Amino acid sequence: MKEQLKTPELAAVEVDVEGGDLSRSDVILKGALAAGAIYGSAMVSPFVRKALAMSESGDVGILNFALTLEYLEAKFYEEAKSRAKAKGELKSLVNLLAEDEQQHVEALAATVKKLGGKPVAEPKFNFEYSDTAGFLKLAQTFEDTGVSAYNGAGPMIKSKEVLAAAGGIVQVEARHAAAIRLQNKEEPAPAAFDSPLSEKQVLKAVEPFIV
Amino acid sequence: MADIKQLKDPVSRRRFLAVGGGSTALAAFLAACGDDSGTTTMTTGSMGSGGASETAEFGKGDVGILNYALTLEYLETAFYADVVKSGLFKGADLETIRKFGAEEAEHVQALTAAVKQLGGKPAPEPKAKFPLESAKSVLELASTVENLGAAAYLGQAANIQSPEVLASALAIHSVEGRHAAVLNTLLGESITPDGAFAKPADVQTVLKSVEPFLVG
Repeated sequence: MKEQLKTPELAAVEVDVEGGDLSRSDVILKGALAAGAIYGSAMVSPFVRKALAMSESGDVGILNFALTLEYLEAKFYEEAKSRAKAKGELKSLVNLLAEDEQQHVEALAATVKKLGGKPVAEPKFNFEYSDTAGFLKLAQTFEDTGVSAYNGAGPMIKSKEVLAAAGGIVQVEARHAAAIRLQNKEEPAPAAFDSPLSEKQVLKAVEPFIV
Repeated sequence: MADIKQLKDPVSRRRFLAVGGGSTALAAFLAACGDDSGTTTMTTGSMGSGGASETAEFGKGDVGILNYALTLEYLETAFYADVVKSGLFKGADLETIRKFGAEEAEHVQALTAAVKQLGGKPAPEPKAKFPLESAKSVLELASTVENLGAAAYLGQAANIQSPEVLASALAIHSVEGRHAAVLNTLLGESITPDGAFAKPADVQTVLKSVEPFLVG
């Protein structure tokens, strides 16, 4: 299944492409192929280091990669409080998401430290949108990307504790994604399987917003 | 032990899914991540109470975990099918229920195939009966089931041995989370009842919760 992201700014970004269609009964095989694209060749894929310009690997590298995505989301929603022109129910949702993402940032940074690593610095971001609709489109992209990024990284995580904790975050990202999709009048759960995102796709999705 | 009334009560559901405040959840996350020794046992209560043997009654290792998930997906599929037949829903809500039911059916197929691929025997479909009294009570039950399902996957993620099985379980887990958020939204409840960090449920808790719906 090829699902072109609906955000014009990210028109080149495709979700679900490399992994093929996971919405089938042979999901295990397909899932293995998709995930293998990420963790198969090298346990820690180059995208972690490339994206962060760091040489570290293992769980700290993965956590720092997740931290970068969470920095992006936290900043995005923090800004949205004043920029998205959200009202009523959506305003409450923006506040909730801002709070959740900030907690993810703090938890991931603290966890990197606990593991003896150095939390990656927060990049500078630039989000281009001018109205509520533009905000919602970007939000949907970020949340869906976040879900698939965690799902892709999950099998690479060595520590069971880190994996369980990351699972607690990705489920919340999925809940956010569904809520934002409802706001966009899109299918909240468009497929039976949230496919993992490949390294290229994560990079493509994030890089345009890092200044 | 949870009974049907308790499950339909949002308050007890919240208690049951153990809502944590922000700082508590953060502490739990940190506690969970504190041990990087790579040991195979869970170190905190928040991460589930047991190891892979929790699902031993469903089979060994990953097969047991997959069969446990399969049993839950069978129940979800049957539940949504019954709800569609009940005539309690129309329009957009009915479409949502159909869609979710179809996705659960895909999970059943995928898990069945996975168990076979690992050389195991797929768990049989349980016989179940669900109380379908009103649209509201059905939505509440659906919300309970989906939140529980998501928590059940989360409770097993770290017990899975095969990266391929884990990749697939994660792909299902987040969809259960999406379903749960939608149902919570329909009920006017928080999309993230556990706060910023979703909490897992152990096998015993999950099985006790679905017991009232099993027939024979």
